[in-house]
Amino acid sequence: MTDRPAHGARTAQPAAFDAAAAFRLAALLLVAALVLQPLLATLFGGFKDLGELRTNPFGLPDDWQWRNYWDILASHRLWQVLGNSMAIATLTVLLTLAVSSMAAFAFAHLQFFGMRYLLSYLLLGLLFPAATAILPLFIKVRDLGLLDKHWGVVLPQVAFGTAMSVLLLRNAFRQLPVELLDSALVDGCGYIRYFLYVTLPLSRPVMTTTAIIVFVASWNNFLLPLIMLDSDSKYPWPLGVMMYQGQYSSSWQLVLAFITLTILPAIALFLIAQRQIVAGLTAGAIKG
Amino acid sequence: MRMASEGGPSLANGPMWRSGLVTAAIMLPPALILFTVFVILPIGEAAWYSFFNWDGFGRPLHFVGLTNYLQLLGDSAFDHAVADNLLIIAVSLLIQLPLALGLALLLSRRQIGTAVFRLIFFLPYVLADVAAGLIWRFVFDGNYGPISSLAVALGAGPVFLLADPRWAFSAVLAVIVWKYFGFHMMLYIAGLQGIDRDLYEAAAIDGATARQRFRYVTLPQLAPMIRLSIFFSVIGSLQFFDMIVPLTGGGPLNSTNTMVSFLYYFGITRMRVGFGSAVGVVLFVICVTFAFGYRRLFMRND
Repeated sequence: MTDRPAHGARTAQPAAFDAAAAFRLAALLLVAALVLQPLLATLFGGFKDLGELRTNPFGLPDDWQWRNYWDILASHRLWQVLGNSMAIATLTVLLTLAVSSMAAFAFAHLQFFGMRYLLSYLLLGLLFPAATAILPLFIKVRDLGLLDKHWGVVLPQVAFGTAMSVLLLRNAFRQLPVELLDSALVDGCGYIRYFLYVTLPLSRPVMTTTAIIVFVASWNNFLLPLIMLDSDSKYPWPLGVMMYQGQYSSSWQLVLAFITLTILPAIALFLIAQRQIVAGLTAGAIKG
Repeated sequence: MRMASEGGPSLANGPMWRSGLVTAAIMLPPALILFTVFVILPIGEAAWYSFFNWDGFGRPLHFVGLTNYLQLLGDSAFDHAVADNLLIIAVSLLIQLPLALGLALLLSRRQIGTAVFRLIFFLPYVLADVAAGLIWRFVFDGNYGPISSLAVALGAGPVFLLADPRWAFSAVLAVIVWKYFGFHMMLYIAGLQGIDRDLYEAAAIDGATARQRFRYVTLPQLAPMIRLSIFFSVIGSLQFFDMIVPLTGGGPLNSTNTMVSFLYYFGITRMRVGFGSAVGVVLFVICVTFAFGYRRLFMRND
């Protein structure tokens, strides 16, 4: 993608250009302010006391209440919900990658009667909204004895993420040169060893992208844990922050500090891996 | 997504064929079983359960035919939820997408600051719906929220937007635009960057004005991405749920439910499995009909 300067070869009149540029900048700054204001109000609101939230809604805190944040950071609660989210997301990512890379490999390299139908069957998963079957899913998870266990969230998440992951991975696996596979098979290397020692190592980028998409989806998932988990000690952070709000609904400054601390990991991950995340989320969406 | 190349070596039979079969027999089942058990079966069961009056314990025995569906038809709260879903679709298509497109046009070329603006605009999309919902619950809060404080400072009384049935859903709609426009903007930026620059130069040589270049080059070239973004908007709007819980909990007076939050508050929390499954089936039929119909009509060649 070559990016050209704003007006290409055209020789715009300087004055007109400046007005357009100023208008553009003003529009962008206005939208940016509207986007950031609630986030900054949350961040700084966590440093205020309750009274100042009312008297000083937009400014920086007059008197920084570091205690709000320290108390939460020192509490078991924050780390427990973040730890639960981490455990659920990690299990979901590992299992999704394992299951869908195997299936994607088979779909990419093996031609048997019926494979095409099996792939279409799996890709139906791209169409189905998770919410439609949530009650039967609840009953199924209950009957399997997985209710109120992290696995009860992980397994359905893997199942719902499989279609998109298989699609992304299969397309990437097919891009690898076919000659590699041919010569490996002639040399007596079986499919499975080829998969483990050639396909997977060569597919690190797409595996990373898939992992990030699946991780973010799991980290932010609300509906499945809401329905499958009962005990506070098992809650991932979206349920934890809802519960905290319910409990401290009269102390918004604490709720704001808690929200800030729970969204920081996601924001940090986004800033570190923004290129992959944007590419991954939009690519995932486009493939979907 | 059909690729021309045939991936594997074409060894019609013999040991390689055999080992391929074994490989498929090892590698496919985990994904297929998980998918079948946790996605396909529950959807079929939802259709089955929707004919029963069942609290989820024991077996569904009390067959009631179409009663759950008929009940749904006459339920004003459900009608309201459907209307709210339609409103979300309307706002997404008429406000959010043009906004996203406009900003994408402003940010599609690399200039000083574009990277920062893109990052900022995409940020709400990265946040979990629950966190965004709680943040906006604070912003709209009548006692301590900034909007109400501003109103008080200007001499008006405190404003309880989310507690007012007339305004609550408008507030929810504003949050939806805030949360999702950045995602669509990124889609459009990706689309704009894929347009061949030569087309613009050719148009400029032919004396096309900026407006004409937009109308006859940008829009047609961007059409596949616009169709895709409309598709995501509608499907996402139909399934909208997560943010309702932290923002309003469906209230006041059930004025802010969507179909899925209706399913949650009236089906799941009361363990009315049959009734809730009927809601799920209705949602399923709407989504799948839309998805197939839209793809057939508008996305044939994409």
